[in-house]
Amino acid sequence: MVVGEDYRMRARVFVTLKPSVFDPQGKTIADALHSLGYRNVEDVRQGKYFELDLATTEAAQARVLAAEVADKLLANPVIESYRVEVD
Amino acid sequence: MKFGIVVFPGSNCDEDALHAASDVFGQDADYLWHKDADLKGADVVILPGGFAHGDYLRTGAMARFSPIMPAVRAFADRGGPVLGICNGFQILLEAGLLPGAMLRNRGLKYRCEHVHLRVEQTDTPFTHAARAGQVLRIPIGHGEGNYFAPPDTLQAIEANRQVILRYTDPEGNVDEAWNPNGSVNAIAGLCNDARNVVGMMPHPERACEALLGGVDGRAIFESIVGAFRSASLALQPTVGAAAAGSRSGSLSGERR
Repeated sequence: MVVGEDYRMRARVFVTLKPSVFDPQGKTIADALHSLGYRNVEDVRQGKYFELDLATTEAAQARVLAAEVADKLLANPVIESYRVEVD
Repeated sequence: MKFGIVVFPGSNCDEDALHAASDVFGQDADYLWHKDADLKGADVVILPGGFAHGDYLRTGAMARFSPIMPAVRAFADRGGPVLGICNGFQILLEAGLLPGAMLRNRGLKYRCEHVHLRVEQTDTPFTHAARAGQVLRIPIGHGEGNYFAPPDTLQAIEANRQVILRYTDPEGNVDEAWNPNGSVNAIAGLCNDARNVVGMMPHPERACEALLGGVDGRAIFESIVGAFRSASLALQPTVGAAAAGSRSGSLSGERR
């Protein structure tokens, strides 16, 4: 099935370290912000963001596909969790 | 015995590993391209250091899916000895052949220096020539060697004696000041439950010749060569006389 550009689904996958996992990069960014005077920024966690253009018009299908590739490759379940948005 | 050294796009310690196996230890050794589907009769498989697939996404994340990995996994499942060094260790973790994961170094810096390692366990094919408690001085070179495992996994691997190398001070004492990357429990090397798959962040292949600053890495290679020799002798008493190597024509057979 050929899917027109206008009807493709886009999935956004947000991968973040699990709360129990120390994030040295986030800590360094938080420290930098504190040194810039942003003391109200209490903590920073750095993550990864992916945009997937999918050849499907079905939101449910897009969600399943995005979750599958996140499980398989985009996130490492030992240290990371992820969230999928589709539109 | 024959070493199979897997080359991924971005591996850069493959030649060092082949040099150690063949030129220093006189064994057969050959490269295995990551798109190969078989191990060309290797008796031991090394996943060398480097930056497979540019370390994109996560270290080892894409190498895990290379066509050769099912053969490596099958070899490991049959009890074949597999050693992952540095990036190779990271690949074994991503592939689930070893438990846990790597995080960025605690200090965020790429650390390239000699470290001290205490040998914790000697009942693996890569440490049995060492003494328990022996301190080895071997170089590291990595930005993501901060070993992490969830508490229950960590408890299990400690209980199973799967931690085989720990970062220590020169006297062999675990001390956070001598932990170069923040690894939990100062873990520098690990084996699987069956003890035939080993991963280590330090580079033993860079520490096999005095000219290169140290020979403590020899213990790792002597272990595997010795393990294979005893196994061969047990199976076939005349193997020594027939041991003729064929490493790409040049260096072969026993030299030591």
